[in-house]
Amino acid sequence: TVADSLSVRNAHFDKILIANRGEIACRVIRTAKKLGIKTVAVYSEVDADSMHVQLADEAYCIGPAPSADSYLRGDKIVEICKRSGAQAVHPGYGFLSENAKFAELLAQEGIVFIGPPANAIVSMGSKSESKKIMENASVPVVPGYHGKNQDPDFLLEQAKKIGFPVLIKAVHGGGGKGMRTVFSADEFHSALESAQRESLKSFSSPEVLVEKYITTPRHVEVQIFSDTLGNTVCLWERDCSVQRRNQKIIEEAPAPGLSEEVRGRLGEKAVEAARAVGYRGAGTVEFIFDCDSGEFYFMEMNTRLQVEHPVTEMITGLDLVEWQLEVAAGNPLPLKQSQIPLVGHAFEARIYAENPRRDFLPDSGDVVHLSTPEPTHIFAPSLPPVESVETAATSTTTEALSRTVHIPSPAIAPSLRLEQGFTAPGTIGVFYDPMIAKLVVHASTRNEALRVLRKALEEYKVVGVNTNVEFLRALAGHESFEKGDVETGFIKKHYDSLFPTTTEPSPEVLAQAALFVVLRDHPVSTPSALSSPWTSLVSRRFGGDVYNRTIVFENAEDAAEGTEGEAEAKDPERIVVHVKSLSGGLFDVSVQTRHGETVYNDVRAQLLSPTTLSSTLASKSLRTTIVSQPPPASLPASRAPNANERLHVFAADGAGRKTTLVLPAPGWLVSLGSDVLSASAGGATLKAPMPSVVVEVKVRVGQAVEKGDPVVVLESMKTETVLRARKSGVVRSVGCAKGEMVPEGKVLVDFEEEAK
Amino acid sequence: RTMLHRSLQHSARHARRAYHASVLPSLISTSSPEFTAKSQAMDALVAEFEAKVAAARQGGGAKAAERMRSKGKKLPRERLALLLDPHTPFLELSQLAAHDVYSDNVPGAGLITGIGRISGRECVVVVNDATVKGGSYYPLTVKKHIRAQEVAREHGLPCVYVVESGGAALPHQANVFPDKEHFGRIFYNMAQMSALGIPQIAIVHGISVAGGAYVPAMADENIIVREQGRIFLAGPPLVKAATGEVVDEETLGGGMMHSSESGVTDHLARDDEHAIAIARGIVGDLGTAGGRMLPPPQPAEDPVYPAHELHGIVGTDLKQAFDMRDVIARMVDGSRFREFKKEYGSTIVTGFANIHGYPVGIVANNGILFSQSALKATHFIELCSQRQIPLLFLVNVTGYMVGSKAEKGGIAKDGAKMVRAVACADVPKFTVIVGGSYGAGNYGMCGRAYSPRFLWMWPNAKVSVMGPGQLSQVMAQVSKDPTKHSTLKDEIEEQSTALYASARLWDDGIIKPVDTRDTLGLALSLSARERRLPGSGSSGLTTWDGDRKGFGVFRM
Repeated sequence: TVADSLSVRNAHFDKILIANRGEIACRVIRTAKKLGIKTVAVYSEVDADSMHVQLADEAYCIGPAPSADSYLRGDKIVEICKRSGAQAVHPGYGFLSENAKFAELLAQEGIVFIGPPANAIVSMGSKSESKKIMENASVPVVPGYHGKNQDPDFLLEQAKKIGFPVLIKAVHGGGGKGMRTVFSADEFHSALESAQRESLKSFSSPEVLVEKYITTPRHVEVQIFSDTLGNTVCLWERDCSVQRRNQKIIEEAPAPGLSEEVRGRLGEKAVEAARAVGYRGAGTVEFIFDCDSGEFYFMEMNTRLQVEHPVTEMITGLDLVEWQLEVAAGNPLPLKQSQIPLVGHAFEARIYAENPRRDFLPDSGDVVHLSTPEPTHIFAPSLPPVESVETAATSTTTEALSRTVHIPSPAIAPSLRLEQGFTAPGTIGVFYDPMIAKLVVHASTRNEALRVLRKALEEYKVVGVNTNVEFLRALAGHESFEKGDVETGFIKKHYDSLFPTTTEPSPEVLAQAALFVVLRDHPVSTPSALSSPWTSLVSRRFGGDVYNRTIVFENAEDAAEGTEGEAEAKDPERIVVHVKSLSGGLFDVSVQTRHGETVYNDVRAQLLSPTTLSSTLASKSLRTTIVSQPPPASLPASRAPNANERLHVFAADGAGRKTTLVLPAPGWLVSLGSDVLSASAGGATLKAPMPSVVVEVKVRVGQAVEKGDPVVVLESMKTETVLRARKSGVVRSVGCAKGEMVPEGKVLVDFEEEAK
Repeated sequence: RTMLHRSLQHSARHARRAYHASVLPSLISTSSPEFTAKSQAMDALVAEFEAKVAAARQGGGAKAAERMRSKGKKLPRERLALLLDPHTPFLELSQLAAHDVYSDNVPGAGLITGIGRISGRECVVVVNDATVKGGSYYPLTVKKHIRAQEVAREHGLPCVYVVESGGAALPHQANVFPDKEHFGRIFYNMAQMSALGIPQIAIVHGISVAGGAYVPAMADENIIVREQGRIFLAGPPLVKAATGEVVDEETLGGGMMHSSESGVTDHLARDDEHAIAIARGIVGDLGTAGGRMLPPPQPAEDPVYPAHELHGIVGTDLKQAFDMRDVIARMVDGSRFREFKKEYGSTIVTGFANIHGYPVGIVANNGILFSQSALKATHFIELCSQRQIPLLFLVNVTGYMVGSKAEKGGIAKDGAKMVRAVACADVPKFTVIVGGSYGAGNYGMCGRAYSPRFLWMWPNAKVSVMGPGQLSQVMAQVSKDPTKHSTLKDEIEEQSTALYASARLWDDGIIKPVDTRDTLGLALSLSARERRLPGSGSSGLTTWDGDRKGFGVFRM
């Protein structure tokens, strides 16, 4: 019984090493601290000042920035274990978390791997092998025919057996070639023929397979836990259907719209899957769920703690890292299936440095401002314990799952957790995953949780890199999402409503931005008791003189149209705002856009902090976060948007909407800048357009290049950029080397222009 | 602890205020027909004054402004606005200078002068208005320029000259060039002030020719706008006439030439905005030159009674008497006035008050000056001089008493004591003429000749050798030809108006009654500066110039 096993409970480790970085390393360290376990962090050279290094009791540098030279170096981690005396390694997710060789290496060295046994990693790592194991364990897999028989009639028979619609797929295929969806028997033969023809042409083999076609699939996964004593429980499911670039961005638990019966079966199958491979520790069994039929099929099993584990923690009130440590210490699972609660609803939104409007392309750079909602919890909120519903001899998993235990949840207070491994000011580097943070919310119902999530997203403000915060906010407020109509094709299906055409900044936002500039440049002095009238008589000018400042803005979205090195961008709209400083600290503001003029009189405005403007516009009192992003100080002024100051306005009532305005440098500054620019090698110099890693330098000093020749290859956020010569010339100097990390604006290659 | 102490003091003062003896009572009835009539008359006069100022602000007019703009230049007032710190006061001087003086219209005498804040420190700013006759110097332009320099010198304020001027207006050269207080004095002053440690900065936005070329040349540090500012002793036509050399303006005196070859200029700016940005930077780098302002010794407090009631109290008819205490009550902190010798010589009111926290000794008229009044004022001025408290004269005086009784009583002797005290008092003096300032009363009440730091007039104020009443009587008695009476009377009447006086720079400008408190506050604050006088050694810190030799206090 549980009581018995508790009495012989093994103690935790004294010290563990976390072979990871970022939020997950911090997450693991938090639990370790809670349990009184000492922690060892490892870090790469660029991470020396990062949060996980500061949180850990000890930290060791394990190499240069690239993961292959640091976080993936299993040998170094073993060495640090020995040096520090860590008894176990928590791998987090990614990096070495599903590396069987590493697990084996640790085992050889007598260090505990906080994860599954190596053989489970291996078997689940192979898609074909894992499917076979699951079929044998009677876990449903997507029905289909994968055999050698290519006779059209035989294949049709198979298709009928599977049930339409079916998918005909080239066995050697990829990229959608040789793939046909067939909805009825009538069209099967013609579709088969064309698929085979295409397959033959593209892959030199006509061989195809037939599989069930799932029209509206969902991604539903089940969190399971196994101990070394043969117990396995299911911690309910998560829905992670909404994805972009095949990566999850928002996850929830429980999955919306599942019947108790389906939930029970899912859990049961997941537990069977885990048992089939002799699993140990935390694992996730992923299923593809057919919204039309309500059937689900095994996809794969992830043998690690997943990014989205906090949603499971929130609805169960458990600490999964603590459970991992229990299991690794050889203890039985802390709860039995019948004791595992399912309370309320939880969401996790992943905040990424990326550009949703540009196909979610990752972004990197310096985060100049970060303000977040105030978290209410560090761990999951503690939920009331579930009375074990143990009736004699019926406490099998199936039995327990079929009577899903649930605490009535109306009284649950909303909670908010923020998982981050990063504080501003800081840099989203180019070497690692661009995830900035995870926002995790929990409330009594799905609707309530979504509401809390939306509010939290509105309060999450990042300046310096593009993020998906606004997109997540739109998603969390989307009608279909609110209804729970989730599917993997969600973003594609609702693209237009998720990405409304960008609206022009409102006069209200522009007025506030202008007031911010005026007050920031020249604060209205707050008179103290003993200030002279030269300070206290604000804007008191005799003879009708009025301080009137004209501020010109450009909409950053217009300004960003032109790309580096291309011909001048189309002239962005110039928005003109006049601010008059009246006596008594009031302002008259007039905003002129192409739609006309909007005037606000007697506006009271002041800066509450360097990034907070309070203002009263047209009887509306607003408190707005406005963050200035100055251009790099070394960048000579020019018309390019990144060489100008940018203002990011988070409208107080704008549903988290951020407006970015460019504040063009005055003419004289641009004039000075152009002198500097033209003085430096006649404009032929190649500079790094963004912080990046030099992948390859294709030229050497003295080499002649033609216009358009590739000169340097850069990589930033897993995207390669080839910089080409803008003019023909001879290489005068090379200012970078392969593998070097270069900041934005660094001169990479300098040319001597060819004499005409 | 100091803060706590201060706030306790403050609250104690507040708590006392309601029944404190020093708070002036207000006995006027704002609903009486007299008050309403006076108020309406003053409203009309102030509106007329505002209209004149608004017209003067237009400078040379829209066409001239457009011509400047088309050359990519900022207008003079735009330059001024860029130069000054936003949200700060600007104390403009003599806006109606040269009003109706010349046959040409020369608004503001083609010059904008005043005191404003640049990079957090008060400076005297002198801006040529090139929309007015190309910024050329009329006699009153010179006078306004020199007066601004005098203000700078007296207060130790750095000077910023925003230059665009063709130099002396040739038809007026005889009244512009040769005399002591003429053109040359501008450069003499620059040299003197520089020697006194008062920085001189010039920005050359346009032409700066002949004598004008010496403004940037005499400056401690200067800026020129590229392809716009030009400095030369003689322009191309004169050069051609003199030497036969044919040369264009840019080659002869352009910014690039002066910055890279002659070294006449120190900074080369791209445009007006850039030049002003550089100037603001220069002022920010002045260090301790020019001294620093001292905070008021006690917190400022608003008067208890509203300033707009001044219109109905004073009115425009100088024959109607009013109690100057009602004016003081609307001007000083908390309407508190600690009166001196209240019961003696009651036609003059003397006492201590604070304006914007700064202490001030007030000498104000409440009728004709008798011997007693003169002696009381003399005693009070001696007190202020001994205590180093600045003096404020609120003037509404028809003169010293005449007649055999007064003469026997030695009014000339007693009046002279007062004039002597005013002349020698070793404290900054400020004069506001709120009514009439006639005859010897003008001397005793610190007229222009007694070098008050500033002298302002209300729109209704009058200055002349005697009051209109006495004037006509005197005329009737002494004149042989009665037909000339009325023309002379009209002439003297016109010459005694504030507008006439202000146009000729007999004052520093007309101010609205409601602006008086703030104007005085700014002025008092300027005088309360700590600065080091040359040659006075390390102990030479004083709030104003003067050797504090003075005299003791004679009981009068």
